[in-house]
Amino acid sequence: MKQLRFLGKQTIDLISGLGRAVILLISALIHIPNIRKGTPLLMQQLYSVGVLSLLIIIVSGTFIGMVLALQGYTILVGYGAEASLGPMVALSLLRELGPVVSALLFAGRAGSALTAEIGLMKATEQLSSLEMMAIDPLRRVIAPRFWAGFISLPLLAAIFSMVGILGAHVVGVDWLGVDSGTFWSVMQDQVDFDKDILNGVIKSIVFAFVVMWIAVYKGYDCEPTSEGISRATTSTVVQSSLLVLFLDFILTALMFVK
Amino acid sequence: MVSKKVELWVGLFVALGIAALLTLSFKVADTGIGAGGESYQLYAKFDNIGGLKVRSPIKVGGVVVGRVSDISLDVEDYTPVVTLDIYAKYNQFSEATSVAILTAGLLGEQYLGIQPGFVDESVDTLVPGDFIEDTKPALVLEELIGQFLFSQGSGEE
Amino acid sequence: MMTKSEPEIQLVEIENLTFKRGERVIYDDISLSIPKGKVTAIMGPSGIGKTTLLRLIGGQIKPDSGNIFFNEKNIPLLSRSELYEARKQMSMLFQSGALFTEMSVFDNIAFPIREHTELSEDIIEKIVLMKLEAVGLRGAKSLQPSELSGGMARRVALARAIALDPELILYDEPFAGQDPISMGVIVRLIRSLSDALGLTSVVVSHDVPEVMSIADYIYIIAEKKIIGHGTPEQIRLDTSPLVQQFVKGEADGPVPFHYEAKTYRDELIKIPPGSVS
Repeated sequence: MKQLRFLGKQTIDLISGLGRAVILLISALIHIPNIRKGTPLLMQQLYSVGVLSLLIIIVSGTFIGMVLALQGYTILVGYGAEASLGPMVALSLLRELGPVVSALLFAGRAGSALTAEIGLMKATEQLSSLEMMAIDPLRRVIAPRFWAGFISLPLLAAIFSMVGILGAHVVGVDWLGVDSGTFWSVMQDQVDFDKDILNGVIKSIVFAFVVMWIAVYKGYDCEPTSEGISRATTSTVVQSSLLVLFLDFILTALMFVK
Repeated sequence: MVSKKVELWVGLFVALGIAALLTLSFKVADTGIGAGGESYQLYAKFDNIGGLKVRSPIKVGGVVVGRVSDISLDVEDYTPVVTLDIYAKYNQFSEATSVAILTAGLLGEQYLGIQPGFVDESVDTLVPGDFIEDTKPALVLEELIGQFLFSQGSGEE
Repeated sequence: MMTKSEPEIQLVEIENLTFKRGERVIYDDISLSIPKGKVTAIMGPSGIGKTTLLRLIGGQIKPDSGNIFFNEKNIPLLSRSELYEARKQMSMLFQSGALFTEMSVFDNIAFPIREHTELSEDIIEKIVLMKLEAVGLRGAKSLQPSELSGGMARRVALARAIALDPELILYDEPFAGQDPISMGVIVRLIRSLSDALGLTSVVVSHDVPEVMSIADYIYIIAEKKIIGHGTPEQIRLDTSPLVQQFVKGEADGPVPFHYEAKTYRDELIKIPPGSVS
């Protein structure tokens, strides 16, 4: 009996939380933007959300590309197929690792920072004072952060894939002896703009939407205490990571399975 | 009130992102978009299209000259009809041209290989909308095995 | 010449307000009015929900029933944009000051001016300096909020609250946790700003001596109702035991010292079931 009630309560909490999240998103985003006032806010957020994530993305991308080349080479060389190292690395990055890993890293770095920032503003009543000053905190605080993340993540994913391929080139060509021309030409032959690059970009746009929505919602909805903030921050990372992986499966099935 | 430093870094970031996207598009991918754009259509009927797909490449001697844009069944004789989108600059195929469904590598994807026929005054060139008459169907594994077994069987007699 | 019987204008009129949080009733059909240009205090024991009252006046939350009139407009019924217009006439001073941590003191005060007006930076600078001068912190204009003490942060928040010359200021526990000197500063500021700028001030607090020294009118709220109201003298003479306990700060009385529990004897001596006590 108690378990049933618990299940019922959890379900109701989940649905009402989802409802609040949708209302938050609509209220924050559906409005006529004020270009003059909004642009500096967006720029500032693009800096703190996008630029400050560059380092982790570039370093991770490079290393993942290098590892892919190493592992790929050791496997392919057994079949005499080292010439396929280029496309192997490129396709793995463009289709999967680029969008997914950069989304996970982004959730951990930028998503959690955002939740903590908004949660702290809520706890110190800064959001309330904005309301009382007749300024809508959703438009001033939440919306610029959301858009900044939404624009940044696809760019970061592209940068991730790019440096990954370059890193793989360094390992594959300069170290392991794969021919540079072969590396690029077989890759070009096999990588398709529509199927691989575009789908990768679509994936990272979907992930960006999801990660930012969760980060912003958790911060706004959290309990205005220090445990509330830390719980919300952890929750952002966990939930957006899981959702990214789940959506990746769905998107991959839709895009790459005929 | 955005500081100069912030503006600079954001501009750099966005530029870097766009550069990555462009590099990926042009250096990494096989841009079908780069090849001129203008194309015309030819048709070909095959007994069996095998694993040929829409957007499969059409090659002459290994060089990509176009893409498959449609695969359907002819409603009158229920034969597969493939629509070939050939780039406009390759418009001198003679009517004696043949086309076959080939496989790239041992287990690779299938593509259309065109063998251009000889060109002289007695032979017309293919115009847009023409059918290529000489076609070789895809190799189907079961038929190959059947042929092999058949030839083995008849060899024993 | 002003006649003594000139009627007071009530800036805020609360009529038959009932507010519940879930099942718990916070306010049960209370009515009060805030006269214009005066300092009105709302007092009561902790946890009563005094901050909630300020939020209701500001329209951040809606009552279950009743009216809240501000300048003749009924706050709970206003549309979103009308509410935002009304809020431009009000200001709230939060308990923590709630300064924006990423901006300097100057920018914090300039913030509402920059948001709601098209004034040039020169004029804004003059206004900010004037407000800082009024709270005595003109020298601190370039500091960051993290560099301010609690009392100073509150004064800066006050300067920000008066940046647009509102009609009404709501003070949420302005004296809480202050040392005697800061307390004296805030007391003086509330009173002088009210007199000098003709502001209407609503002070929510439970610091009895401070409130008594500056309030023109006091409401005491306890147990979901208003249990006493009047000028400070009238309150001191009020005979109701709850008011007396509150004003004198007695540990026990109508608000009991002991939290509700079983009788002491029963807890200490655990009587086994079935035996005779």
